[in-house]
Amino acid sequence: MRHSIIALGTAFAALLTPAAAQVQPAPAIKSTNVELPPGDALFPGGSSADAINNNCLACHSADMVLNQPALSRSAWDSEVHKMIKAYRAPIDEGDVPAIVDYLASTKGTK
Amino acid sequence: MPLHRNDRHVRALTRRAVLKTFGVAGMALAGSPAWADQSVRLLFASGPQQRPITPDFPQKGPMILQRTRPPLLETPMEVFDRSVFTPNDQFYVRWHWAVIPTSVDVDAFRLAVRGHVNQVLSLSIGDLLKMPRVELAAVNQCSGNSRGFFSPRVPGAQWAHGAMGNARWTGVRLKDVLDRAGIKSGAIQVRFSGLDEPVVPEAPDFRKSLDLDHARDGEVMIAFAMNGEQMPLLNGFPLRLIVPGWYSTYWVKMLSDIEVLDRSDDNYWMATAYTIPDTPHANVTPGQTGVKMIPISRMVPRSFFTNVTEGASLPAGGSAAIRGIAFGGDTGVAKVELSMDTGRTWQLATLADDFGKYSFRRWQVNIPQLMKGVNSLLVRCTNLSGEVQPSMPNWNNSGFMLNAVETAHITAI
Ligand code: HEC
Repeated sequence: MRHSIIALGTAFAALLTPAAAQVQPAPAIKSTNVELPPGDALFPGGSSADAINNNCLACHSADMVLNQPALSRSAWDSEVHKMIKAYRAPIDEGDVPAIVDYLASTKGTK
Repeated sequence: MPLHRNDRHVRALTRRAVLKTFGVAGMALAGSPAWADQSVRLLFASGPQQRPITPDFPQKGPMILQRTRPPLLETPMEVFDRSVFTPNDQFYVRWHWAVIPTSVDVDAFRLAVRGHVNQVLSLSIGDLLKMPRVELAAVNQCSGNSRGFFSPRVPGAQWAHGAMGNARWTGVRLKDVLDRAGIKSGAIQVRFSGLDEPVVPEAPDFRKSLDLDHARDGEVMIAFAMNGEQMPLLNGFPLRLIVPGWYSTYWVKMLSDIEVLDRSDDNYWMATAYTIPDTPHANVTPGQTGVKMIPISRMVPRSFFTNVTEGASLPAGGSAAIRGIAFGGDTGVAKVELSMDTGRTWQLATLADDFGKYSFRRWQVNIPQLMKGVNSLLVRCTNLSGEVQPSMPNWNNSGFMLNAVETAHITAI
């Protein structure tokens, strides 16, 4: 087979649509309207989670972070700075230590 | 496909899947926990391993919830056991930025073609439906599929093996659309962007680029249908770029903008994110520095078990049909082999129907008599270029391109 892409209406159409050597009817494409779950759960931990709750929920839900494996404090520090530098997270440098503390104590390597 | 929206259905489906997995009465999933009804345990070397199974996303059946916003939804492994094509309602979902339009008006939607072209275009869905139509079976796999199995672990979406799927894509050739606009001389790359947007305006919008020759190869296509139907919104409705044989990062969803560039794209998502070490298997030693990085591109061969899971029990002394799926990456599957002696000897699997070189291929091996005790089953795929899955797992900082031989430990009792 020289080309595995199949122009319908040629002999190659047989590969995927054995019955139809002719052009198939256009599939119906209809306007779509959906609702997505909000993903607004907070990080657990009460006031120890204030800094992370205030700074880390704008772009993605907490489960993104909670599903990560345990990482070293320096790895968590680079993650937070990656958010600020690469993704322009509007985070006050003064909040960074509290965020890293939270991550290192709840999801740190021993 | 109907929507599966209630818990009872999920529970029934899960139990049915478990039974079907083993197909013989008396077999049970070792360590199958009581909460398997609502969640799944992904067998990573360290936690967290548990993920909810969610029926809560639109146009989607039960999916493994990796992240709610923006959605990262993984396909449960047993789905791949049911058919060579992954149903739309259980096809995995992966977004980067959370500003995703939740409604798309097909009549108002336009695809822009602009930049280094003779004629700027604004194409409606109707315009595309009038163009010559093509259809192709192809695997879509996330660059970071299986990242959770990296050792040492790395940050990123902690996928097991279900950030992949196989579908029949119907649409038009990208080449035909580019020819309609007319490429000016001096064009170098073509950049693609969708309707999704960053949450913070200054942040880098998600855009991906292909070299002009690749974009014009006649295989890259703009799809408006997936498995014969319009795509679920979360899989890129109304249009998705299809880049056969390449990782999903290039398969831009809700494709709305095609920009022909007279330079190489240096945007964040090309130059920084989705880059791999320029080494065999994109492999480096943890901590290794000074490695040249290049954009990720072609996929590599992989194979999986779909009717047995790690730790499964089967009856000793009886025969067992072991089956799964494989794909060659950027070319077809040459062979799939199974080993029961930790890789000393390999037996050929029987391959099922061939849906073209970019598709999943189902495979099966019949084991006449299963010996009592723990059996280690290894499966590996060799593609038509002679590339074979490595026995040692590859590793890199980003958790990309894992394609080592898969092992399942089966206990025969
Ligand atoms: C301005 C938006 C924004 C904010 C605010 C933000 N992030 Fe992110 N984050 C992102 C994006 C974009 C990704 C990549 C998403 C993807 O790949 O799906 C990401 C990914 C991650 C990941 C996965 C690993 C990786 O590097 O891709 C972790 C962990 C993470 N963020 C943690 C945090 C923490 C902790 C905070 C608060 C300090 C935070 N984020 C705030 C945008 C943001």
